[in-house]
Amino acid sequence: MSGIVAPATRRRMSVSEESVPALSRGTKLRLDETRQRWVLLVPERVMAPDEIAVEVLKLCDGQRSVAEIIEQLAAAYAAPREEIAGDVIAMLQDLADSGFLVEGKKP
Amino acid sequence: MSPTLSDASPVLADAHDGLAILEGQSVAQAYGIPLAVLLELTHRCPLQCGYCSNPVEMERAGNELTTDEWKKVLTELAEIGVLQVHFSGGEPSVRKDLVELVRHANDLGLYTNLITSAVLITRERLTEIADAGLAHIQISFQANDPVLANRIGGFKNGHAKKLEVAQWSRELGLPLTVNAVMHRQNLHQLREMIGLAVALDADRIEVANVQYYGWALKNRAALMPTIEQIDEATSIVEEERARLRGILDIDFVVPDYYALRPKKCMGGWGRQFFNITPSGKILPCHAAETITELDFESVRSNHSIAWIWQNSDAFNRYRGTGWMPEPCQSCAFKEVDYGGCRCQAFALTGSAGNTDPACHLSPLHEAIFKTAEREASEGGDRFIYRNFAGGTLEPEL
Repeated sequence: MSGIVAPATRRRMSVSEESVPALSRGTKLRLDETRQRWVLLVPERVMAPDEIAVEVLKLCDGQRSVAEIIEQLAAAYAAPREEIAGDVIAMLQDLADSGFLVEGKKP
Repeated sequence: MSPTLSDASPVLADAHDGLAILEGQSVAQAYGIPLAVLLELTHRCPLQCGYCSNPVEMERAGNELTTDEWKKVLTELAEIGVLQVHFSGGEPSVRKDLVELVRHANDLGLYTNLITSAVLITRERLTEIADAGLAHIQISFQANDPVLANRIGGFKNGHAKKLEVAQWSRELGLPLTVNAVMHRQNLHQLREMIGLAVALDADRIEVANVQYYGWALKNRAALMPTIEQIDEATSIVEEERARLRGILDIDFVVPDYYALRPKKCMGGWGRQFFNITPSGKILPCHAAETITELDFESVRSNHSIAWIWQNSDAFNRYRGTGWMPEPCQSCAFKEVDYGGCRCQAFALTGSAGNTDPACHLSPLHEAIFKTAEREASEGGDRFIYRNFAGGTLEPEL
């Protein structure tokens, strides 16, 4: 009907401790020199990540697993791992649902 | 440091993702430079959509900024703190220098978005554009059914060409937004258009209801949806958003003719956005040239872009709330919607300084709503096609 050769089968990314998140191609984390803050540039919008979101986003390099990200943050903020884990996974799932994250390369 | 991620900052929009949509300065006395700017490279376009937001009096090719002028504009935008540029038109790919402009913007660190009808783009050219650093592409679709789509756009085989370019975009790894401009003659295909976006592996769909000024006002009788169509569209969007969570982002704005309160147009006049026209005029909104009582400063003047943003009469005329008449001036929502849309006030009341008639408190709201309802049920379906000759009536259907 619409002439599409191969309909896409995109699936929702389900974030777990095994996921290896990376920023999607249209998502760019940049330091905004003019306003002296980090921004997340995404299609048709500019997002303002808070301080911890910036730390999490910087770790989404397509190499580290979510488990490694959680451990790094738990150490950096001297906070209990289980508390950090729930928050990080919830944050990453929301970022993935907004289309800002993709599954990176498994090591 | 806060032990949880969710309460770390007062700018959180959401309990989880730690992100807020960053808006331009909200401090009334200092209007900060916008984060994003729309660049209309040209008014030339092979399509003839009757709802085009370009002014009816379009800019001829001879008046367009040169490549060097656009590059200078891009450099100046990056220097003053703009982060995102949207290349639009008309059809931006009509410009032979599009690749060069995208590359220049990308080299400056600007996030580049291409808003295109796609019908002129070859695979080779798209590859060049992607290689130049394009961050995102937005392709318009006029309907799901090719016959209807090509009739709305007034361009033979346009729909098939768009499908092709959308697929190439994804093959090249470009994030894709499907732009679906909706009105009475295609709202019945909304669900199929969302399905089309999914099939094209798009990241987003913008379900954009027509805004009635410029060409769209000329074509209002052929475009105005019924209230039943809007109600149905709203429930389709709700269902599809739930079904497609994490797969397709659906952007949807209810047309304000059928709302009780006006839209916060452009986030407020001169607050967080500007647009540069093909000849270099700087406008508070892409439709602002329809307000013929305003004069707009150009990048070709002796003034800097920042000066024009801060000081020009056109930007200051409807900034903030001081200009507002009653019932806006004493309204509790005046800093929520900033008085709605100036272009609509001008188009429907003859003065851009009047209350936007989309607001139910406007003395003209009732009359205009009734007109819209009547046009939706009685209006003919023939379009006045957009062109440089001032429009051509579609042949008998």
